[in-house]
Amino acid sequence: MQIENYLKTYQSILDASNGSIPDFIRKERDAAKEEIIENGLPDRADERYRYLDLKPVFDDTEYKRITSEPAVTDSLGSFFQCEVQGMDTDLILLSNGWYHESTLPKDSKVVVCSMREAFHKHPELVQKHFNQYLKKAKDGWTELNTMLAQDGVFIYVPDNYITEKAIQIVNLTHGFSEKEIFQRNLIVIGKNAKLQLLICDHTLNKAKNVNHLGTEVFIDENADFQMYDLQNEPDISNVFSHLAFHQEAYSRLTSLAFSLHGGTIRNNLYVTMNGQGAESNVYGLVLSDRQQRMDNFTFIDHAVPNCVSNEFYKGILDEQSRGAFSGRILVRKDAQNTNAFQTNNNICLTDEAKIRTKPQLEIYADDVKCSHGATVGQLDEEAMFYLRTRGIDKHEARFMMLFAFANDIVRKIEIEPLRERVADLVSKRLRGELVACEHCLLNCESN
Amino acid sequence: MLKINNLHAEIEGKKILNGINLEVKPGETHAIMGPNGSGKSTLASVLAGRDVFNVTKGDVTFLGRNLLEMEPEDRAREGLFLSFQYPVEIPGVSMMSFMRTAVNQVREHRGLEVLSSAAFLKFMRERKELVEIDSKLTNRSVNEGFSGGEKKKNEIFQMAMLEPRLSILDETDSGLDIDALRIVANGVNALKTSETSNIVITHYQRLLDFIVPDFVHVLYEGQIVKSGGRELALQLEEKGYDWIKNELA
Repeated sequence: MQIENYLKTYQSILDASNGSIPDFIRKERDAAKEEIIENGLPDRADERYRYLDLKPVFDDTEYKRITSEPAVTDSLGSFFQCEVQGMDTDLILLSNGWYHESTLPKDSKVVVCSMREAFHKHPELVQKHFNQYLKKAKDGWTELNTMLAQDGVFIYVPDNYITEKAIQIVNLTHGFSEKEIFQRNLIVIGKNAKLQLLICDHTLNKAKNVNHLGTEVFIDENADFQMYDLQNEPDISNVFSHLAFHQEAYSRLTSLAFSLHGGTIRNNLYVTMNGQGAESNVYGLVLSDRQQRMDNFTFIDHAVPNCVSNEFYKGILDEQSRGAFSGRILVRKDAQNTNAFQTNNNICLTDEAKIRTKPQLEIYADDVKCSHGATVGQLDEEAMFYLRTRGIDKHEARFMMLFAFANDIVRKIEIEPLRERVADLVSKRLRGELVACEHCLLNCESN
Repeated sequence: MLKINNLHAEIEGKKILNGINLEVKPGETHAIMGPNGSGKSTLASVLAGRDVFNVTKGDVTFLGRNLLEMEPEDRAREGLFLSFQYPVEIPGVSMMSFMRTAVNQVREHRGLEVLSSAAFLKFMRERKELVEIDSKLTNRSVNEGFSGGEKKKNEIFQMAMLEPRLSILDETDSGLDIDALRIVANGVNALKTSETSNIVITHYQRLLDFIVPDFVHVLYEGQIVKSGGRELALQLEEKGYDWIKNELA
């Protein structure tokens, strides 16, 4: 069965490693393995995965698991481009979950390398942070990522360093066989430092795939971290994303996830506010149609007093697509003077489209300001009629209203060229046009 | 311009309009008055194309075409305008992009060239001046957070932008103070030519002091039960609708 197969894969990785895995990494992976053996991989019997049907992902497809570095002789960057016009970025390319190359200048103060390299070059940082935050999720799928992911990106921004240029991570999934990919990233932002990160996923062929992505971000005191995740993938691509942010005092986090297209997308997002005065802004937009499945599962842990969290997710579901939003906010006993706000608004465009939304506030402190609101509705027929009586045709009226709805999230993007680019992608998506990236030479289609 | 012949309409099986007959010629202004629930707003909605109402009998021709077969947007493009009793708030849609899309779709339909941003702004300024609505409404989302008066002024501004042949003003006076009423009425009058027509739906004679009708009709239980000249409105103001009801009884 599935779990045994994964365990076998792990064993084969160990057999091939010749003892090259540092003990502290090995320890975490072995512990993950024990967790999986004991608790299994969550399915619909687990409350957190109750609304996620995994059958379309794990059907009869025999996925090839990528357990060693893919052989790529050419520079992927030479035939792949994913530029945001007017936005100057340093690029990091990953190939099937493995670090491939980066365009960061050699003398950059920001450390960027593969995770494998970081194990040996920056053992103290890796040891301090690796799996310290995602482990707390107690989620078998996260454990699976910990057990099997062998590479990914390591980024370290030293104290007091303001990164002027944004960094863009491009995850390329390529090759002809159906595959299962594992990637694990670690990002450490030093005190008073700043980083803007853009992540784009691309699938370059028509073979079904599952991407297991694990990312941990440590944001030290008074640091500023912005992360933009563009999930714009064909229907044959499935994503299990596990993202954990750990915030120290007076740090600021902005996380935006745009789930514009894909097969099954599951985003698990965890924020721990571990230092007073921290602020986190967590936003997401889901646009789905056909048989697509997009879930956002979020957990914000107010562990200390005087922190602020803003959570705002929106979804537009068309045709037979399904989605779920789960927003858990925990305000611990000592976390006085917490401000925690959560909103989730959804539009279902057909009778068959379904979204489940579940706010979950657990408040143990007594001096807090918390709010949550969730709505599921249809397109406002009265507003549609109003627009049409002014001579605007049905399609344009519908588009204007949906775009206005989605734009609440798009306008949170602070980088202007990126905001325009995403607005353009969202427009095209809502108009039902192809979602191929304009600058991509590969011209992969959205279906 | 507009010819309504024996129009019947219902909503969820409930009959609202029970045989309306009305002809509006170019240049004419008609007032439709009547007690609450007589079907005035339903008539306006049916003419504008609201599909929650089901037309069960009768026909309507507008500029020689079968109005009831047209989509709401085509009615607007052909020159029909409805000023809403309750203009709809549309958060996130800016007045500017809304009006620009509307004006250009209407122009395209009428065989006129699409306006560039600069040309559109110039046109908008001119039309604002014409109806003397000098406001910052265009910098905001459509009707969002507008006061009652602002919403009605905004309707007249849209009317000025779309240059309709026939405008139906559904209780445009409701919720307006006397100054706002004057602005709205002056706007309507400024747009009036010998080629355009207005149907003014109102409860009160007050509005008709500013927008002077050629004809006044009384709608009651879904039918026009009395028609006359301007003096009919004054009589209604004096005697109330009971006078009509008693006459019919």
